[in-house]
Amino acid sequence: MSGMTAATVQPYADQPYEDLGLQRDEYEQICDLLGRLPSDAELAMYAVMWSEHCSYKSSKVHLRRFAELPASDVLLAGIGENAGVVQVAPGLAVTFKVESHNHPSFVEPHEGAATGVGGIVRDILAMGARPVAVMDSLRFGDAEALDTRRVLPGVVAGVGGYGNCLGLPNIGGEVGFDPSYLGNPLVNALCLGVLPVERLHLASATGTGNAVVLLGSLTGRDGIGGVSVLASAAFDSGPDGTGGPSKRPSVQVGDPFTEKILIECCLELYDRGLVAGIQDLGGAGLACGLSETAAKGGAGMRIALDEVPLREPSMIPLEILTSESQERMLAIVAPADVAAALAVAARWGVLATVIGEVTDTGRLVVDWHGEVVVDVPPGSLADDGPVYSRPVHPPADREALEADDPSSLPRPATGAELRDALLQLIASPNLCSRRWVTDQYDRYVLGNTVLAQPEDAGVIRLEEDSGLGVALALDGNGRYARLDPYAGAQLALAESYRNVSVTGARPLAVTNCLNVGSPEDPAGMWQFAELTRGLADGCWELGLPVTGGNVSFYNSTGEVPINPTPVIGVLGVLQDVRRRTPMGFRAPGDAVYLLGETGDDFGGSEWAWVTHRHLGGRPPKVDLAAERRLAEMSAAAAADGMFTAAHDVSDGGVGVTLVECALRYGVGVRVTLPGEPFQALFSESVARAVVAVSPDHAAAVDALCRQHGVPAIRLGTTGGEDVVIQGAFSVPLAELRAAHEGTLPRIFG
Amino acid sequence: MIMPGRIGVVTFPGSLDDGDATRAVRLAGGEPVPLWHAEPDLRGVDAVILPGGFSYGDYLRCGAIASFAPILRPIVAGAREGLAVLGICNGFQILCEAHLLPGALIRNAGRRFTCLDQPLTIDNARTAWTSAYEEGQRIVVPLKNGEGCYLADERTLDELVADGRVVARYAANVGQPNPNGSARDIAGICNELGNVVGLMPHPEHAVETLTGPGDDGLGFFRSVLGALV
Repeated sequence: MSGMTAATVQPYADQPYEDLGLQRDEYEQICDLLGRLPSDAELAMYAVMWSEHCSYKSSKVHLRRFAELPASDVLLAGIGENAGVVQVAPGLAVTFKVESHNHPSFVEPHEGAATGVGGIVRDILAMGARPVAVMDSLRFGDAEALDTRRVLPGVVAGVGGYGNCLGLPNIGGEVGFDPSYLGNPLVNALCLGVLPVERLHLASATGTGNAVVLLGSLTGRDGIGGVSVLASAAFDSGPDGTGGPSKRPSVQVGDPFTEKILIECCLELYDRGLVAGIQDLGGAGLACGLSETAAKGGAGMRIALDEVPLREPSMIPLEILTSESQERMLAIVAPADVAAALAVAARWGVLATVIGEVTDTGRLVVDWHGEVVVDVPPGSLADDGPVYSRPVHPPADREALEADDPSSLPRPATGAELRDALLQLIASPNLCSRRWVTDQYDRYVLGNTVLAQPEDAGVIRLEEDSGLGVALALDGNGRYARLDPYAGAQLALAESYRNVSVTGARPLAVTNCLNVGSPEDPAGMWQFAELTRGLADGCWELGLPVTGGNVSFYNSTGEVPINPTPVIGVLGVLQDVRRRTPMGFRAPGDAVYLLGETGDDFGGSEWAWVTHRHLGGRPPKVDLAAERRLAEMSAAAAADGMFTAAHDVSDGGVGVTLVECALRYGVGVRVTLPGEPFQALFSESVARAVVAVSPDHAAAVDALCRQHGVPAIRLGTTGGEDVVIQGAFSVPLAELRAAHEGTLPRIFG
Repeated sequence: MIMPGRIGVVTFPGSLDDGDATRAVRLAGGEPVPLWHAEPDLRGVDAVILPGGFSYGDYLRCGAIASFAPILRPIVAGAREGLAVLGICNGFQILCEAHLLPGALIRNAGRRFTCLDQPLTIDNARTAWTSAYEEGQRIVVPLKNGEGCYLADERTLDELVADGRVVARYAANVGQPNPNGSARDIAGICNELGNVVGLMPHPEHAVETLTGPGDDGLGFFRSVLGALV
């Protein structure tokens, strides 16, 4: 029996709240709230809705910083919606968001990663937008580790398999390796969508008598407890290192074909004005979709759960309400439009079922075989969850880590040593060519991809006539954030901002996914608090709104957390994508400049890691004012068509940047580096870029640099078949290419 | 007055490159006409493109369900009478499943989906879809598929080669295998009349230098429009 009467006579202590992931005091709060004991179905709904994943109960007090940023006149929808929406031209808006699917991707790499893409695409669809591109930020254990060979190929095939089948170009992202991710890889997926401003949809249920329509897949037993059991708890450090087979049923299974027709169906419903509100069903399934839309609309709902089409007829209410079966949306449709909406769904072969209606009772009431199994205020599920101000304390090793400065590490000095170091860096797993991964993704579909991997940012054309487009980058460095999370968040923001701006785009808005360890560990909570503080302060200084984001806690194996990893997405606008600046040297004879200042920044650097497995000291010094000057200059230069190439300097330093510029189109370069060669080649100082300029523009570049206050040094000239560092060494492009492109195929086949 | 050629682009549930094929027809100077899988009506078009994607989820076998779609009935009948039909990627798979072209496309030799800027050699410039090229011409267009390995029995392969029905071949670098293990490096073939062409690479993604590896793919669409005049 699962009915209300049955539940109320159950003995207090027998309700399995702990198995569902609820604390004792949370359970008592539910009882107080209802004035009685919850039914089985209600208890399951509270358990998923009050989980860390859905309620943001540990992060809420910190995320307020983002809402306190100065108002932005381009922001049409922000934090709290399915995704942030920014206006990019009169009548035209884009929406973008990044979300984690870390734990499912470790338990079942292919399906975990695939459904991560599916989920973020539905978030974008729910805003009324057509999804137009995806990106992903991935982190794995050491590349050579055995388990990485299990996880990485599955994750890449899952991201590719799902996105490719949806017809969404994958335009970039990142892949990183560090031992801290071995038992807890990171899969953060981003989607970009486009919509006419007037079609902006918010997830709310209004209009008494409106129908509640379930669209898409059958509801099955997959993914039950995904948000509570899987996403809101750390993995055990079992001997097999897989988190244990018991968690596998909590991973959802994806069907991209169903999602593709669901997308087309929803877009036609929007075009024809047939939906009053829409919400995607992802984490916490119907429990979330029903309670959030009802709460947001300030309405009530009466749901006939018997109407939900099931994959397994023996499912009981709590399973139906918390199932995370993929490829489902919840639409609110006016009674007069129901027949037309169902006809659109039928045309696309999408299952569509009226499962209830909007009421004015202010209660979410769910019937099952003539019995009321749920009767709660929807806001109590969606908004009234517990909020914790958890204790924060820096990690115990903080001071020791900072004192372990890289300045004592032996540095290469001779030409031959510097040459070896460069070859070692460009072949290292974190800096080598990503082609093994990105060649598994379709970057061409839809025909609007102007730049994709390995470029600094992905660039998508929005309007064929005007050339209006957007640039997107996704960056984060867990090592920097491990040394100093406040600076780490700003360094990630700065890199993403720089990657967007070197293409010539004007940065407009920020999204983020903050991946950390347990919030119940004061050190993890401190890292999270510092990440939010750093990001909020950084966005303030750069004048950018945070449009939304995602928090991923419990990224730990046993007691050991991952390096705190802020993944920051920056979106910029290009008035004409034909004016974008690509990264590669195109022709011989162009003058090559280094913009920005180089200091001795080796804390957390790729050089220290690759050559000494060293992590310590201070991360590079942040200078957001310099980033802003560089961005403004890059936009001006692109608008004038001044640069033939521009490439951001980051991990690995100028040496790596020069090699990447040269290998892109097979055009070599001869440079004279200023100052001490080791520092000039490998320091990771911020706010820098390498640019190439055709000879007739050289004088104009000097003037532009002075005008924007950006230091510039003429390094040399493009051309030849080698990268030549005068006075130190030279390497043929063929040798560089073999080193750069050989690593991932050698490891992963 | 010469009307621009009307080229139908079929949308199946799961089609992905129908928008790109539509744009390619438009940029080549034709008039694209949307065709719907469930309606057996060619709307008076002069030629038909079956675009890339995963029709009906590619359940069962790639292109197998689509080959029974209502729209295929007039296409198959028309093709036997000389209607120009181009099947790209999933469209090629559908043409094989519908027995308008011989052979089959199976999982890539590397077992992975691959997206590459692929050099091709045009072997037959006499088909409805390749007359704008020179025989032996080398072009670069994107290749992106998981099941692009062309396979047929040896006798069929010998006949295709002998009859000049290999339309395009993968031009691999010396000593390198072709990207998906296709027999005889076959990237595309045609029927005996030369009006039906199946092509695994994607010329519709190479129609603008801004978004493609170049605009080498435009020739396929210009060819059929030229043939229609």
